[in-house]
Amino acid sequence: MPNVMIRKNDAGDLLFYVAKKDMEETIASVETDTSETWGGEVVLTDGSRWYIDPISPPPVFPTTLRFKRGDE
Amino acid sequence: MTALTREETQALIQEVLEVYPDKAKKDRAKHLAVNDPSVEQSKKCITSNRKSLPGVMTIRGCAYAGSKGVVWGPIKDMIHISHGPVGCGAYSRAGRRNYYVGHTGVNTFGTMNFTSDFQEKDIVFGGDKKLAKLIDEINELFPLVKGISVQSECPIGLIGDDIEAVSKKKGKELDKPIVPVRCEGFRGVSQSLGHHIANDAIRDWVIGNRDGDPTFQTTPYDVAVIGDYNIGGDAWASRILLEEMGLRVVAQWSGDGTLAEMELTPKVKLNLIHCYRSMNYISRFMEEKYGIPWMEYNFFGPTKIAESLRKIAAFFDETIQANAEKVIAKYEAEYSAIIAKYRPRLEGKRVMLYVGGLRPRHVVGAYEDLGMEVVGTGYEFAHNDDYDRTMKEMGEATLLYDDVTGYEFEEFVKRVKPDLIGSGVKEKYIFQKMGVPFRQMHSWDYSGPYHGYDGFAIFARDMDMTVNNPCWNSMQAPWLKPAEGETEVKKLAASA
Repeated sequence: MPNVMIRKNDAGDLLFYVAKKDMEETIASVETDTSETWGGEVVLTDGSRWYIDPISPPPVFPTTLRFKRGDE
Repeated sequence: MTALTREETQALIQEVLEVYPDKAKKDRAKHLAVNDPSVEQSKKCITSNRKSLPGVMTIRGCAYAGSKGVVWGPIKDMIHISHGPVGCGAYSRAGRRNYYVGHTGVNTFGTMNFTSDFQEKDIVFGGDKKLAKLIDEINELFPLVKGISVQSECPIGLIGDDIEAVSKKKGKELDKPIVPVRCEGFRGVSQSLGHHIANDAIRDWVIGNRDGDPTFQTTPYDVAVIGDYNIGGDAWASRILLEEMGLRVVAQWSGDGTLAEMELTPKVKLNLIHCYRSMNYISRFMEEKYGIPWMEYNFFGPTKIAESLRKIAAFFDETIQANAEKVIAKYEAEYSAIIAKYRPRLEGKRVMLYVGGLRPRHVVGAYEDLGMEVVGTGYEFAHNDDYDRTMKEMGEATLLYDDVTGYEFEEFVKRVKPDLIGSGVKEKYIFQKMGVPFRQMHSWDYSGPYHGYDGFAIFARDMDMTVNNPCWNSMQAPWLKPAEGETEVKKLAASA
């Protein structure tokens, strides 16, 4: 359950940054991304899957959230 | 020798790896790569930030070096105690040339060394009492000190001293920030983790100190310069450009910086980050907590400076944007003259770099402005995100080497035959004895500044006087020179 900092890059994509692992990836898709909720399964551009319980209302980025490793 | 092709570079890597035992070969192969600018993610072709192999000559430092030497050390009005045995602080004292103004020993302490000088009894019985006494002594001898940081050396973590408790207690007593930093040298694989630990200590003990204090008058043009350590005056050469643009530089992190500046940084509008590797952590934190955007900039060479100034100005209104253009125009005559003077002397020269965590990609633009070509580059302690940024800067088929070993670097140089090498003091004399011109790119070889337009003039002059120095033609002893009529041996490096 790593702490992940989510921020927007210049292009407006969401970046997924794990400080401990020094890993920074772009988020490819988020399961639910509506005006009410944000979360569910998150897929990164490197193909790895992460999970977070949907948050409502959606968080303001940048922010730090706790993710679970999705099953691979 | 012209540039190597992709296949040749790959073959060179294979050849160099040949001497290693199988296990070491497999490990080192992951750290050497041929650049392909189209690759988006560096981790597919190069591994970085891994433990160095035992038995090879590495050039890396330790976490203490990253925290005391790099991040905390230049903060001039604090005293940084090298907590532990005397050597770590004594041998690293004042070697970095991070300039500052002030009266050393009165209100600034940059070049002084403070240590708790651990003896056997401190290891056996613990050093907390000694630390408490030391802090009292410092405060008595140097009453103008604004704060104290306790930089742990290896034994502190090993014997389990509670420096946090001592710091808290003494901090209350003296009413000054006393910052314990857990940067024991054995942590992590290089100085990089030391940067991270130091950033975290700043986050926990400094950044929030003036939250809810509205007495500081802010302007819409406040910026902080982060990750510029003022090597040879770099930060000053950068700062004047920003000020000419109409921005107000509130804080310099951490070259010529003060504790008060750091405490005020959360009140700025934009964080400008030069050394991404050592200070991205705190910038990310300030973005999250205070909503301060941050951007990376590059003040090496006129092309990159102009690019960066425009990028910085884009965060502000039209007056600043117009000012940025004015600044660029103002210096144009100056840097055009520099290029006109030195480019003909340096055109087509090939450079190999091996520096810390930022310069292997940042100085590329400055070399290109002088018509030089960077044919190989590598970092001591970079992470994947640094290589992501590097691969776009570098040309096709350039050699990339991460945490290069002494042997590999020598072999690469023998084969690639660059006209100039830029690396640190540990590599300097080896390559000079091999007959290859060399510049120290950590400390600017006792020169500098190299940042900004003023710095570019010095950079160009230094590169010229190194590459075109007549001494490189006198490397061969007279009795070894071929007799008249024989073919001239062009370079000693080839036979070395």
